[in-house]
Amino acid sequence: MDKTNAIISVKELVKKYDDFTAVQGISFEVYENEIFGLLGPNGAGKTTTLEIIETLREKTSGEIIVDGYSVDKDASKIKRIIGVQLQAAGYYPNLNLIELMELFAGLYGVDIKPMEMLEKVNLQDKAKAKYKALSGGQKQRFSIATTLINSPKIIFLDEPTTGLDPQARRNLWDLIIDIRNNGTTVVITTHYMDEAEQLCDRVAFVERGEIIALDTPDNLIDNLINSGFERQKEVKKANLEDVFINLTGKEWREDN
Amino acid sequence: MSKPYNNTKATLALAKASFRSIMRSPSAVVFTLAFPLIFILVFGFLGGGGVKVDLAIAPGSDLQNPIINAIEQINVIHIVKDKDADEIKAELEKGHIAAVINVKKNTSGTPAYLANVQYTSASIDKGSILKSVLANLMYTLNSKDIKPTVAQLNESTVQGRIYRTIDFILPGQLGFSLLSTGVFGTAFVFFSLRQTLVIKRFFATPVSRASIVFGEGIARIGFALCGAVFIILIGHFFFHFTLIHGVITVLNMLLLAIIGLVVFMGFGFIVSGIAKSESTIPPISNIITLPQFLLSGTFFSIDAFPSWLQPISRALPLTYLNDAMRKVAFEGAGLWDVKHQILIMAIWGIGVYIVAVKVFKWE
Repeated sequence: MDKTNAIISVKELVKKYDDFTAVQGISFEVYENEIFGLLGPNGAGKTTTLEIIETLREKTSGEIIVDGYSVDKDASKIKRIIGVQLQAAGYYPNLNLIELMELFAGLYGVDIKPMEMLEKVNLQDKAKAKYKALSGGQKQRFSIATTLINSPKIIFLDEPTTGLDPQARRNLWDLIIDIRNNGTTVVITTHYMDEAEQLCDRVAFVERGEIIALDTPDNLIDNLINSGFERQKEVKKANLEDVFINLTGKEWREDN
Repeated sequence: MSKPYNNTKATLALAKASFRSIMRSPSAVVFTLAFPLIFILVFGFLGGGGVKVDLAIAPGSDLQNPIINAIEQINVIHIVKDKDADEIKAELEKGHIAAVINVKKNTSGTPAYLANVQYTSASIDKGSILKSVLANLMYTLNSKDIKPTVAQLNESTVQGRIYRTIDFILPGQLGFSLLSTGVFGTAFVFFSLRQTLVIKRFFATPVSRASIVFGEGIARIGFALCGAVFIILIGHFFFHFTLIHGVITVLNMLLLAIIGLVVFMGFGFIVSGIAKSESTIPPISNIITLPQFLLSGTFFSIDAFPSWLQPISRALPLTYLNDAMRKVAFEGAGLWDVKHQILIMAIWGIGVYIVAVKVFKWE
């Protein structure tokens, strides 16, 4: 990453609910065209932070600029240049994928060819299926397709691979890397460190509403090793997931 | 990106999506179409008969005489033959038969015949009808060849429109269909869109809240109007539902339907806001719809209710929708003629939406 143009800048962000503080003054920047990971345990404030940047939630204090727009003043302009995949979001009932795509095209006010959008995430065969009838991996791919409708500058993916099998997960990684290679900035949250290590250019560790580390995965690992850390068990050249993929095949599956 | 955002396009996209979704939802179709149609079918086939009084002919009674012949010509009376004395007695005691008649030739001269009629205390109201019909019949038979000495009665009937059961039932069913679509449909849709985070996902797009509400509203009104047209056409072509000015009457009814629906959807917004879970929606909705179903003149004219109940009936919005619908359909009234009813619905609408704005939840 030689380009370090900040497309999102978060300064001293605080979010207080009635009786507890979910986010206590965090600051970070996301650079243009990188995959930025927000990592941390459940309840650390990852989703809250994302939803404030996405203009879905009010902040208590702090300043957020997304591509030059402030979340306080230009929420609607920000919405037009971002794509959002929510954790566990539903879609309008009784509609098939093509019809849902048409709906979102209307909501974003853009003209798209629904079939082309579905092809991007390899769901063209499911065009007439209902969202409910999709497998976990297909649902996530469809969610990602809806985030791409308005050709956004930034997309936000909140735990997109939770609950997926190894093939579906790898397949989604390829999709996310493709999206980034097409010039979109990606902000992602995840619980899987192998995923963050593979996908993310930089990661921030969030714990109890604060950022406790922010760097490239390589630097963070090197720092730990330099401090004298050693794994209990010697690392082999492959892990059990590699065995799984090797045995069951990496090819695209109908039910992924 | 420089193109300004188009709210109309978003609203229409939502309306289209919502309309498709409603059309594929079995419960919406059942509530809007099937229920009202079933009631219309039942009442449509029941109706038109008017009052019937069962009169048994006693075994051994003379059958070939002017009295029985004349009785057979009377529509109101349904003659029951071929029952023995015991059966007739049992039916009389239960009130299934209003009376039994026994006609005998008078062996001792004039009058030519003697007719004995025995009524039952189990069917007094029908018995009274029968009494006056028979009295009238006897008078006509006895005075056939006699000039009246005091006064001659000349009777004639004004040719009016036939007011059939369907003319009463159909507007009521239509009103109820609008009420249930408005309340249940709106409550369920907004509650489930909120629960399943569909609305949250919408909020991540530039769509405005007004577009979401209007889009849903347009779809529901469109669906309900399709249902209304369907119900009116079935009623008109199969059961002779009266539409005085034809298409104009239908259009007036549809405008009334929109007004009613907007008010009822307000109730739906309130229910979706106060319901704590999906399973509490039906009971809360029923609290709103059932009293109106029963008390707003859907099945019976509210004039038939006891006087203490009538003020309650006259406070409900569906009463005024039903009333206005009947006036428009049967009496050919224009919308201006039912302004009183529309005004009361409008007052309800304002009240309902004031509450709806307070209790409605987006997330």
